[in-house]
Amino acid sequence: MQRFAFQLTALALGAAGLVACSLPQGSADETPSTASIREELKASFQPKGQATLDRLDQSPLQAACSAYAMNPNDADLRKQLDALMVEQMNTVQYPADGHYLGDWKKGEKIAQTGKGKQFSDDPEKPSGGNCYACHQLSPKEIAYGNIGPSLLHYGKLRNYSPEAMKVAWAQIYNSKAFHACSTMPRFGEQGILTQAQIKDVMALLFDPKSPVNQ
Amino acid sequence: MAIQEPTVYKFRKASLKASALLVVAGALVGVCTAAQADQASIEEGIQQYRDMLSDGNPAELAEFKGEDLWKQKQGPKNASLEQCDLGLGAGVVKGAFAQLPRYFADTHQVMDLETRLVYCMQTLQGRDTTALVQHPFSKGAEPQTELESLAAYVSAQSKGMPVNVPQSRPEERAARARGEKLFFYRSGPYDFACASCHGVKGQRIRLQELPELSKPEDARNSFTAWPAYRVSEGAVRTMQWRIYDCFRQQRFPALKFGSQASIDLITYLGVTAKGGIEKTPALKR
Repeated sequence: MQRFAFQLTALALGAAGLVACSLPQGSADETPSTASIREELKASFQPKGQATLDRLDQSPLQAACSAYAMNPNDADLRKQLDALMVEQMNTVQYPADGHYLGDWKKGEKIAQTGKGKQFSDDPEKPSGGNCYACHQLSPKEIAYGNIGPSLLHYGKLRNYSPEAMKVAWAQIYNSKAFHACSTMPRFGEQGILTQAQIKDVMALLFDPKSPVNQ
Repeated sequence: MAIQEPTVYKFRKASLKASALLVVAGALVGVCTAAQADQASIEEGIQQYRDMLSDGNPAELAEFKGEDLWKQKQGPKNASLEQCDLGLGAGVVKGAFAQLPRYFADTHQVMDLETRLVYCMQTLQGRDTTALVQHPFSKGAEPQTELESLAAYVSAQSKGMPVNVPQSRPEERAARARGEKLFFYRSGPYDFACASCHGVKGQRIRLQELPELSKPEDARNSFTAWPAYRVSEGAVRTMQWRIYDCFRQQRFPALKFGSQASIDLITYLGVTAKGGIEKTPALKR
């Protein structure tokens, strides 16, 4: 009965041309299912530029992390996330030529640039890494965010060791291999940065001449 | 209908004052950071700058335009919006914004201010709102859209009042529950949810503080500041715009104006912000 009334209203509004509210406003006090939320999102967004509607589909990892954020004490979820983390580690591709470091000056530019993958961005242009949004790096840049840890003196503190380089590469390539629900994007795995760009960012962290290590 | 001379004069004065203060605030921030002062003093400086600016908020211009539009007879029915029911009864504007979004019996839906305004244009004025809904936010040097001006006017009539987004109806509770789940929904190429930036206290992107919108303290501060005159945009921006532009940065597709997801998120934020005092229309960087 209520649903019928709703449909009538939806029809009336649709006819009037109002873009709004096309989901059944279902029973109140239960948690909505993930499937219903996905449907709601699909109805609420439209593709624009490079941002297509399939971006609203969650991977198993994204779904598990969304659930975990709302239920941090769920032991089953925790187990599931541990398993997913191993899968993420398997996605990491190390540089084919064995060289980890590019040009730190290019890396600094990548770290400064926040563009990439937004519907307002040109998909033909390379994305940035936007590292300064969340991390401290070069001491010359004081406008840095605090969502991630400070990376000041990163290479120096690790004696520029090859082991540390390998770990850092993997963290940039796929942060979820280390923390399943890390806030950091998976720059390599998602194709946000190219291998060459990751090398440049690596040089910003590990080149002894990089301002990060001064 | 025309904006009166004194208003325009006041606005221009305000924006001059705004640019002068921007320079002062910029210098203040520069000095602080150079001296390695802590984040707290930077925030204090920015707050002082906001306080000084709020004397002459350029949003006033949109407010006056919105009032004119509210009273202006328009559309096939040659009617004004003065009899629009914003939730407290036909024609009651004072305090209505502080209790939106809410359930409306005439549409059987939860609606926010902006979708309700569109509904009143359709029903009271008999207007075809298709074009208006496709272009709800002004771009570049364009004048404010009708919806932006109306939102500035209506929200100003709740200034100083506590947020009280109702939850008495099952539909309103369902909207909040969906909004909460949407807030934590991660997807897209960057794996971002709203919560990625707005789920932890004290986080910053660059020097921009990020409110923890899942908790009352920060939600109150933020929710009560939209619509706002955004200095960086040179325009009044609404809550629908705020959420649309957040999703852009989240690497999602484009949020449709008035969509269910927009209403549900605004409801979730509004319920979390209960008791916050409306500053609308506020002033933002």
